[in-house]
Amino acid sequence: MAANEREPLFSPKNLKLITNPINVDNPITKQVLGICSALAVTVKLEPAIVMSISVLAVMAFGNLIISLMRNGIPSRIRIIVQLVVIAALVILVDQVLKAYAYDVSKQLSVFVGLIITNCIIMGRFEAFAMANKPWPSFLDGLGNAFGYAWILIAVAFFRELFGSGALMGYQIIPDSFYDMGYVNNGLVILPPMALFAVAAIIWVQRSRNKELIED
Amino acid sequence: MKFIRNILDSVKPHVQKGGKFQAFHSMYDAADTLFFVPDVVTTKGSHIRDGVDMKRAMFIVVIALVPALLFGMWNVGFTHFASIGEEAEIFTAFWYGFLKVLPIILVSYGVGLGIEIAFAQSRGHEVNEGFFVSGMLIPLIVPVTTPLWMVAVAVAFAVIFGKEVFGGTGMNIVNPALMTRAVLFFAYPSAMSGDKVWISESADAISGATPLAELTAGNGSGLSLFEMLVGNYAGSVGETSVIAIGIGAFILLFTGVANWKIMTSFFVGGFAMAVILHSFAGSFPDNSYLELCPWEHILIGGFAFGGVFMITDPVTATQTETGKWIYGFLGGFIAILVRVLNPAYPEGVMLAILFVNIFAPTIDFYVVDANIKKRLKRAKVSA
Repeated sequence: MAANEREPLFSPKNLKLITNPINVDNPITKQVLGICSALAVTVKLEPAIVMSISVLAVMAFGNLIISLMRNGIPSRIRIIVQLVVIAALVILVDQVLKAYAYDVSKQLSVFVGLIITNCIIMGRFEAFAMANKPWPSFLDGLGNAFGYAWILIAVAFFRELFGSGALMGYQIIPDSFYDMGYVNNGLVILPPMALFAVAAIIWVQRSRNKELIED
Repeated sequence: MKFIRNILDSVKPHVQKGGKFQAFHSMYDAADTLFFVPDVVTTKGSHIRDGVDMKRAMFIVVIALVPALLFGMWNVGFTHFASIGEEAEIFTAFWYGFLKVLPIILVSYGVGLGIEIAFAQSRGHEVNEGFFVSGMLIPLIVPVTTPLWMVAVAVAFAVIFGKEVFGGTGMNIVNPALMTRAVLFFAYPSAMSGDKVWISESADAISGATPLAELTAGNGSGLSLFEMLVGNYAGSVGETSVIAIGIGAFILLFTGVANWKIMTSFFVGGFAMAVILHSFAGSFPDNSYLELCPWEHILIGGFAFGGVFMITDPVTATQTETGKWIYGFLGGFIAILVRVLNPAYPEGVMLAILFVNIFAPTIDFYVVDANIKKRLKRAKVSA
């Protein structure tokens, strides 16, 4: 029967497309892509979450669209076609943000527009969506976006907690600490600290999983 | 010494492999080799150059730091009593400073050695003496009022990210003590600069700005030559006295622990930059820093301390002989450049040394490369 030949929607192979990028094939910690936005939007938790959702939308649907069109794209102009798709999606996301989350949209300012240049998205289009069917491509986009998102959120959590003593804008570290002489760490606010945080995550990840260590 | 040996021997069976307290092996090892020369010898062919091992070299640096430390303690007391308008006996002032500086030393050693031992244990390395000098340098380069928890945070960060991630002692790219100061400086700027932090418990009305801060603000340094040499003015604990640092420099150079080329070229570089900038003093009347005499640049602030104890750190310095001249010169040159031309940083020595630390491998690479090219050329001519 034809139905039996079809692969189930969530076959182990397809599930791997989601779980791998979250851990062992993480776009930030393993492939070291998308670092620029990890530096820029992780000072506070809220923009990091919004940024993650935006990237998720662009990446998942971008992968889907490219995969649907993959047989019709002449390979010599594929990059520009991919860019058009990303740009269209980013403009959509940007308009939605401006309409429904104006404050965050202002905080993220140019970085939403810069999703266009996010290397992870172009990388997934080239490496996966151009050569795979729509459904796996969609899952791959989701997986990579999740992998990107959790790193972003982890770094932002750390930076907002120690840099501003707050989470999502609510003060977490009690006033009594400040009265006793606690001071927010100004270094954590500076962009380089995001690199230290990402490096620490990479460090932990590789010491737990020896396969990731290169010679 | 027999007594210590007996204690160590009685503890030994418990901490060896299979013993009850195996986990503390590296700590035992550290204590043992601290008191006694290890009886382990090389099994393969060895290249003996000198009987001095890392432990002895590190101790010489610590001994060289003692004059600056003792003077710094006295100076903490002296500036404190001066700010509240009292005259104090030498010993009273020293005792006051001793009680203020000692906690910083303890925290610096406690946190730093704790992390070192933990890493050595988990990696199966021996604990080595890498942190002995850093732990003593740190109290000397921070303001005496730095809160202890800030010192602890900065030391932990610097030891982990400045040193252990690169593989521990001997592998670090930047000087861990300076990195500690840089972390403090960027993380808690209010505790590391301004005119309230340099004098312990000063009266509110007294401005305790360092001479460099006064210069940046457009006032004179307000110091006589004698004061610059002796160093009884506000500043980081150990950086002020040129005489005490000079004694340390003598010890380091006499024993050969510090490299004289680096030290000399650092001061030459700083002096050269100071002369260049000084020659522009007339053209830019806004920057009163330019009017400072070139040789006064060498005497005030952390320049002498950096040149004697920081830039000469053999791990982070260049290894080639020509490279040492370039490295030291660049360090001094940039230090004065930052100091005079960047109003945000009254002192540039820390940033300059960290900067050239990062450049040291590149300098070495090009020195070696140039040498190879030179020799290749010679080979072609003769062929």
